[in-house]
Amino acid sequence: MPAAGVVTIIAVVLIVLALVYYLVSTIVALRKITDGLDEVIASVGGIVEKSAPVNDVVNDINANLDAAVGALEGLLVKKAGMSDAVGLVDGLYPGAAAQGFRDFPESRELTPPRIAEVYTRGTLTLARLGREAPIAITSPAGPALRDAAYGSAAARTLYAGDRPARSPVIGTDAPVQYEEREDIGKPRRRFARKVFTS
Amino acid sequence: MTLWWIGNAILLLGVLPVVIYLLAGVLKAANSIVPSVNQIATVAAAGSKDLDATALLLTTQDQVRQTLAGVADYGGSLDVILDDAEKE
Repeated sequence: MPAAGVVTIIAVVLIVLALVYYLVSTIVALRKITDGLDEVIASVGGIVEKSAPVNDVVNDINANLDAAVGALEGLLVKKAGMSDAVGLVDGLYPGAAAQGFRDFPESRELTPPRIAEVYTRGTLTLARLGREAPIAITSPAGPALRDAAYGSAAARTLYAGDRPARSPVIGTDAPVQYEEREDIGKPRRRFARKVFTS
Repeated sequence: MTLWWIGNAILLLGVLPVVIYLLAGVLKAANSIVPSVNQIATVAAAGSKDLDATALLLTTQDQVRQTLAGVADYGGSLDVILDDAEKE
């Protein structure tokens, strides 16, 4: 065989070896990629499977919460009246009157009165339930009416000047004094014991 | 014979380097994908694990319904106990 033939064979062998080395390396790399993608697909499938019911559940929760807030606001309006209800809510959460009640668009146009009456605890609780509940903060219908970060500071803004040392509505120096019963604080009256004879 | 040698020279000095260059590029590209795929797999697994708590949303949903039922009862009681506002 001539020398040129040997060189040709050597060249072809070198080319084939280079092809084998690089192609096998590429195949190994592609197999690693395939394995990695299998893991990705499994994880993504898990994400899809786990997040599938989230939308419906969250929508259901929000719908229930919206209905509850609407019902509580409606009850508050029914019991306290529209004007006082707006005043109550605005008194508890200054500025909330501008947002109004969800089911009462006309409430946004009312000027909230300054509430100076003593409401029952139930009415105040009712007012708080509709506005203060943390669940209402994430309602999609609008921004939270309660300033969650500065709730106590918001209450202090009820007073135009410095906060007085007493309650604005109750106390010995309150502007409105209620009638006191004379028997309070005194020994209980005892009636003469009656003996019944047959 | 001279043409044969010229052919050998082209094969060794032209074809072989080009083949090696091209295949090396393909291998380099394939190898560069592997770490990225591994990172994606890690992140996807972590994301899937983070969503394990979403099943608790069903409990939250049930709790919200029970709470709202209680609130509705409470509102009904308040409706009975408290007088309605006077008509303006």
